[in-house]
Amino acid sequence: MNISLRVMAVAVALLVAVSACSPIEPWVKPYEREHLADPLMALDRNPVSSTYLDHVFETREGARGATGGVGGGCGCN
Amino acid sequence: MQLSQSLRGASRPALAALCLAAVPAVAGVLPEDRADFLYHRYQGGGITVQGPSILVQKKIGDHFAVNANYYQDMISSASIDVLLSASPYKETRTQKSVGAEYLHGKTTYSAGFINSVEPDYKANTAYYSISQDMFGDLTTVTLSYSRGWDQIYRDIKVNGQIVNDPTFHQRADHRVYGVSISQILTRSLIGTLNYQFSTDQGYLASPYREIRYVDPNNPIGYTLAPQVYPKTRTMDALSASLKYYLPYRAALTGKYRFFTDSWGIVAHTLQLDYVQPVRHHWTLDGNIRYYRQGAASFYSDIFPYADYSNFMARDRELAAFHSITLGLEASYAFSIPRLTWIQKSTATLSFNRMMVTYQDYRDALYSKFDPGVFKGGAEPLYTLDASIYQAYVSLWF
Repeated sequence: MNISLRVMAVAVALLVAVSACSPIEPWVKPYEREHLADPLMALDRNPVSSTYLDHVFETREGARGATGGVGGGCGCN
Repeated sequence: MQLSQSLRGASRPALAALCLAAVPAVAGVLPEDRADFLYHRYQGGGITVQGPSILVQKKIGDHFAVNANYYQDMISSASIDVLLSASPYKETRTQKSVGAEYLHGKTTYSAGFINSVEPDYKANTAYYSISQDMFGDLTTVTLSYSRGWDQIYRDIKVNGQIVNDPTFHQRADHRVYGVSISQILTRSLIGTLNYQFSTDQGYLASPYREIRYVDPNNPIGYTLAPQVYPKTRTMDALSASLKYYLPYRAALTGKYRFFTDSWGIVAHTLQLDYVQPVRHHWTLDGNIRYYRQGAASFYSDIFPYADYSNFMARDRELAAFHSITLGLEASYAFSIPRLTWIQKSTATLSFNRMMVTYQDYRDALYSKFDPGVFKGGAEPLYTLDASIYQAYVSLWF
């Protein structure tokens, strides 16, 4: 098994493992998430802009990936 | 005459990595209906890259969402690489992508396809991801995978016309595996962990750029020769971020990324971002990004002699350097009379200044154009200052 398959196997096992845990009482209730729901707290407020900037950096640097630019829509470039 | 391109090499695999940006931040929620119309411009180091990017996201019913992006880079380059060994050039890269998301309970499935075309490089990328909300929706776990297939050509000038060199056609494949966890930590704090494992295989060098080696018989002190890259590369990237809501309605974000690969590059990225609404219509954003990397094991600014080792590179992207980027962004919310179906609209201007200091990449133009004063390997170190402009309008409908 090559390294990439091992990584995926571990990831899948982790996902299954945490899914099987007994229910955890949420310590932040749904009605306490007003701040988190504010558009300022979106993990990627402007995907079209952040993916462009990621592209600018990645074409000029040796490192890439895990930028955490999650958000709806790919907007890849 | 051989052309040279400053964006070759590092840019293409980035496609595969960036697709993972498609994974949703919150699995149980589809992205908003939204359209963005952006114009971008990069200027620095003798290169100007500009063009549009249009991104549309639309829900279809309660469970489906689709997105599409049209992006263009219009490149005009007289970079240091071009001036060293070739001629300034202009070209256009066009990228199109489509994607879809399906929400089922607390699970979101995403998939998409990206196509990028320019005269001497064609890239296709497919991506998939699955996100699951758990633990009272405090935690979102995402698994993602993308695969890219590139075809690389080399342009030559024949009778004044630029054509693909019929003797040169290479391929490269890319795979990216990602795991990400978003965690609500408190009422005002979200944390995110991202891990990405990537592999590249095939032709990974630029067909235009060259190394140089010491040559006492040459008046400038060196001779240029083709680069020789390994055919494979594996990469690990791990990042962590925290986003905090400040009591007076502002948000502060801190990010750190560690990167290492089989070529010997180790890199660190630190980012801080602060965003705050001002009065009723304005939102202001300020950010700073620090990046530092060590050189690849087979990189050298100038090799001691010809055929010095199995692999030899002089791409700036593989050199040791650090950079600081400062960014400012101002966004104005406005309403559009009569278009009542548009719920919200903003116009945004963004400016970033990137300052790069290379530690082992020298400005070889000094010795090329003034060999009496500067010898190969003794030129000043190269520095790059670039300005990045973005202007865009966003519509929520």
